[in-house]
Amino acid sequence: MSADNNVIISVKDLKKHYNDGEVKALDGVTTDIKKGEVVVVIGPSGSGKSTFLRSLNLLERPTGGTITFDGNDIMSPATDINKLRQKMGMVFQHFNLFPHLTILRNMTIAPMKLHGLSKEEAEKKALALLERVGLADRANAYPSQLSGGQKQRIAIVRALAMDPEVMLFDEPTSALDPEMVGEVLEVMKNLAKAGMTMVCVTHEMGFAREVGTRVVFMDCGRIIEENTPEQIFTNPQNERLQAFLQKVL
Amino acid sequence: MSGKKTNKSKIRNTLIVTGVIAVAALAAYILLFMPMNNVPSWISNIRDAFYASAFYSDFENNFITDNRYTYLLKGLGVTFEVTFFAVLLGIVLGVIVALVRSSYDTLKEELRGFGKGILYFFYKLCGVYLTVIRGTPVVVQLMIIYFVIFASSNNKVMVAVLAFGINSGAYVAEIIRGGIMSIDKGQFEAGRSLGFGYVRTMAFIIIPQAFKTVLPALANEFIVLIKETSVSGYVGLQELTKGGDIIRSRTYSAFMPLIAVAVIYLVIVMFFSWLVSLLERRLKNSER
Repeated sequence: MSADNNVIISVKDLKKHYNDGEVKALDGVTTDIKKGEVVVVIGPSGSGKSTFLRSLNLLERPTGGTITFDGNDIMSPATDINKLRQKMGMVFQHFNLFPHLTILRNMTIAPMKLHGLSKEEAEKKALALLERVGLADRANAYPSQLSGGQKQRIAIVRALAMDPEVMLFDEPTSALDPEMVGEVLEVMKNLAKAGMTMVCVTHEMGFAREVGTRVVFMDCGRIIEENTPEQIFTNPQNERLQAFLQKVL
Repeated sequence: MSGKKTNKSKIRNTLIVTGVIAVAALAAYILLFMPMNNVPSWISNIRDAFYASAFYSDFENNFITDNRYTYLLKGLGVTFEVTFFAVLLGIVLGVIVALVRSSYDTLKEELRGFGKGILYFFYKLCGVYLTVIRGTPVVVQLMIIYFVIFASSNNKVMVAVLAFGINSGAYVAEIIRGGIMSIDKGQFEAGRSLGFGYVRTMAFIIIPQAFKTVLPALANEFIVLIKETSVSGYVGLQELTKGGDIIRSRTYSAFMPLIAVAVIYLVIVMFFSWLVSLLERRLKNSER
C-alpha cells in the first residue's frame, strides 16, 4: 500500500454491479482523497457519483474493490464500520433530520450516546455550532418548523457535532428552493476554509470552481477526468466532459 | 390549524354526548330509584307504572332473580383478564417477530456467515408463524390449543390467553413491521451515518417514529381483541358473552341478556377508543 501519510481515503477499483454485472453503477473507480482536500464530484445523473459517495461510508455496499479509510479496510468483516462512520459526517439531499426530536436533541443524541458526552457538554457544543451557522435561536424548535435551508444547515452541524475527519455531501442543495441554496453553500465554504476534508457530489458548478481543490467528473460508473477546477472548467480534455459542461454552464 | 379546530370540535362533541348521557342517567335514577321521604305523587305514578311494566319484569327475571347479573360481572372480569394478558403476549410476540422480519430485510446484505444463517432461520420461522396464524380462524386455533395441545389441562383462562395472544401477535407483527417500513429510508441512513449500529438506530430513531404511525392500528387491533375473546365460549370459558348466554339458557329470554352484553362491549370499546384518541393527540402535540 502506498504510504502517503496525507491520504485519508483510498479507493481502489471500486465496483458495484447489479444483476450479475448487467448493470454497472460503479465500474472500477480508483482515487485517493487527501487531508484538507475539497473534492467535488460532478457528472450526469446515473453516472454513479452518488453511489460512489455512499460507498465511502458503506451506506452502499460495493461488489468489488477496496476502500481504505485511515488505514482501515472498511469492507473487512473485522472492521467496526460504526466506529469509522463516526469519523465520516454525511449530509443528505433530503436533510434527514429526526422529526421526533428537537434541533438540539438532533445534534446531541449521537455525541451523547456514542462519544459519552454529558448532556451539558453535548448541548454546549451543539449551541456553539448552531451559533456558527446562525441558528442558535432555533435550538428548541422541531425540524418541521424550519425552512429547507435551515434544515440543511442543521444537518451539517449535526454531522459536525461528531467531530468527523471527513464530511460527505450528497447533493446538499438539490432539494432546496433557489433562494436557500446560498446560505447552505456559505456554510460549506466556511467549512472548507477551516480545513475540513470534504467530498461533495453537487450540481453547483460555481461552488465546484470556487471552493473545490479538485473536481472529479464521473460518467457510466467511471472517473472520466479529474483535475483542478481551473483545468476542468477552462480546459476540459474528454469530450463527454466538454458536452456535459456545455449543458450545465 | 384545521387539525386543531377538528380536535376542539371533537372534544366538544364528546363533552356534549357524555353530558347528555349523564343527565339522562341522573334523571332516570331520580325518577325510578332514588329513596325519598315523601315521594311526589307524579313520581310514584311513574314508579308504579315502571315496576308493573313488562320491561321491568323481564329485567328482573334476567338480572336480579338469583343474582343473575353476577354472570355478566364475573364474565366481564374474565374477559378483561384474558384480553389484558393476551395483549401483553401479543405485543411481545409481535415486536419480536416484526424486528426479526425487518432486521433480516435490512441486514441481509451486511451480515455474513453464521449470524446470517441464524437470522435467516428465525426469519423463515416467523414467516411460517404469520402464514399459519393469519391463515386459520382464531376459533379453530383456540380449540386446537384447548383440545389438542393442552388436552390434559383444564386452565381455560391460560388457554384463551395463549390462543388470543399468539393470534394477536401475528397481526401486531405485521402492523409494527408496516410502521417500521413506513419510516423514510433516509432516517435509517442518517442514524447509521452518525455511527449508530442497527439496534441503536432502531431504538432511538426508527421505533419512536414508527410507534406514532402504528398507534391507531395497534389500538384498533386491541379493540378487536377484546371483542374476539367472545368466542372463548367454544372451550367453555365463562367470559362476558358466555355469561349472557348462560342467563339466556336459564330464563329462555334472549333479548335482555344479549343486548346487555352488546352494550357492555360497546361501552368498553368506546372508552378505549377515547383513551387512544387522547394518547394520539398528546403524541401529535409533542412533534409540533
